[in-house]
Amino acid sequence: MAPIVVVRVHPRDPFHSVLMETVLEVEELTKCFGKVCALKKISFSLHVGEILGVVGPNGAGKTTLINCLLGLVLPTAGKICYFKKDLFHNRSQILKKVNFASSYVALPLSLTLEENLLVYAHIYELKAPRARVEEALKTFGLYEKRKQRTRTLSSGQMMRLCLAKALLNRPQVLLLDEPTAGLDPEIAQKTRELILSYTRREKTAVIFTSHNLSEVELISDRILILQKGQLKALGRVSELLKKFGAQNLEELYFQLAI
Amino acid sequence: MNPRRVFAVLLRQLYLYRRSFTRVLDVFYWPTVDLLLWGFVTLYLEKAATEMPHYVSFFLGGLILWNILLRAQQGLSVSFLEDIWARNLLNLFVSPLTILEYLAGLVLVSIVKVVIAFLVMGTLAALCFGFHIFILGSSLLPFILNLCALGWAIGLVTMASILRFGQEAEILAWALALLFLPISAVFYPVEVLPEALQMLASWVPSSYVFEGMRKIILEGIFEPGPLFKASFLNLLYLIGSYLLFIKVYRQALQRGTIPKIGE
Repeated sequence: MAPIVVVRVHPRDPFHSVLMETVLEVEELTKCFGKVCALKKISFSLHVGEILGVVGPNGAGKTTLINCLLGLVLPTAGKICYFKKDLFHNRSQILKKVNFASSYVALPLSLTLEENLLVYAHIYELKAPRARVEEALKTFGLYEKRKQRTRTLSSGQMMRLCLAKALLNRPQVLLLDEPTAGLDPEIAQKTRELILSYTRREKTAVIFTSHNLSEVELISDRILILQKGQLKALGRVSELLKKFGAQNLEELYFQLAI
Repeated sequence: MNPRRVFAVLLRQLYLYRRSFTRVLDVFYWPTVDLLLWGFVTLYLEKAATEMPHYVSFFLGGLILWNILLRAQQGLSVSFLEDIWARNLLNLFVSPLTILEYLAGLVLVSIVKVVIAFLVMGTLAALCFGFHIFILGSSLLPFILNLCALGWAIGLVTMASILRFGQEAEILAWALALLFLPISAVFYPVEVLPEALQMLASWVPSSYVFEGMRKIILEGIFEPGPLFKASFLNLLYLIGSYLLFIKVYRQALQRGTIPKIGE
């Protein structure tokens, strides 16, 4: 592959998506469960360092989209290519550079924080696994608790541990399914800050789903609105507000997604 | 197949057991209880029925070998359930770990469990009842390998059932192997079974192992022929159960049910 000069630009820079290398390309992704189609011909791309927020009401297809992107659900039709390679033919190779966290997925409670991360450090074949685990625990403010069992963590700390796991392999693409769901506003704010500071620094591309519209507006470079499995809008919030004549994201959401 | 990722699956279970008294107890407890219970039963039988001079050996040998099958099976299915109970399965399935590497890791876990159960039971049998499992000599290794193979095949079918039907099928992790108990002729010869069950037993690899064990204890003769048949059957069982598991896994990917397991 020809070397591509990655220019670090402000995430809100209108030209950054043009300049940036594409890390994920989704083409006409369709997933039907029997007669019900959870995703209908969804197409979009994701660039280096970009944060894409996916919003939509319950049943819109957000989780199905994330599950397809993780290779947990096989599409009925369409293509998912990471780094210009098809996900389903290069699964293991691609997933080395991708990671995932969700408020609905945990890590084994009986293991210590350090043990949990060490298992994944081996799975992701990291060099100097202990050092990397220490670094990740420090990044997420969990180093002092490293010898404690995971069951002693609060839900906010558990989410931070899941994020530490998700960033352990320094993924180029990070998929987050409602990472702040169930967290109180203060912890949710800290979690957002951690995600933002880390991903901006490491130029990680992120796709995240959320029901919190202000959160989506705050951290996303672009948003993707889903309704009943269909892509209703994709772009920068400011562009979409202008295009659909809405005052704010909430108004736009109710206009398009409900 | 990446050995480091396979090792990670083993490491996850070793960490779990290192820290969990109840799980460690489970590995030691049932083999110990089984052995003591049946040991005393056989002591009584030995006194009561002098015409059955090898009853202690039959029972205890059968019990130790049966536990190998059980531990091998649970090493797969219960370890799989541990990941479901911990809501950790998704983290594993979205990692670079391949399904074959995951299964290989679980096989390693089951080997650790088998070795521990074998050592505990073998030692207790020798100390408490004077029965030495090593009287089975060099045949012990092919016996153990055959029982492990059947245990893994049953474990794979159990895992496939859990993938297909969800956690409702978790009872199979304990129950499915027990279906094989009567027709494996663990504590009695195949010839005492009704004719139909004898036919069925001829298709069960473990029945040849237990018949072989009794032959060695009674006559000191090791017959490799039946064990070859057991190995051949085990190969078929392993291939069949692996193909079934992979088929169910692919169906689960199509149906999108993997993220819902454990909910």
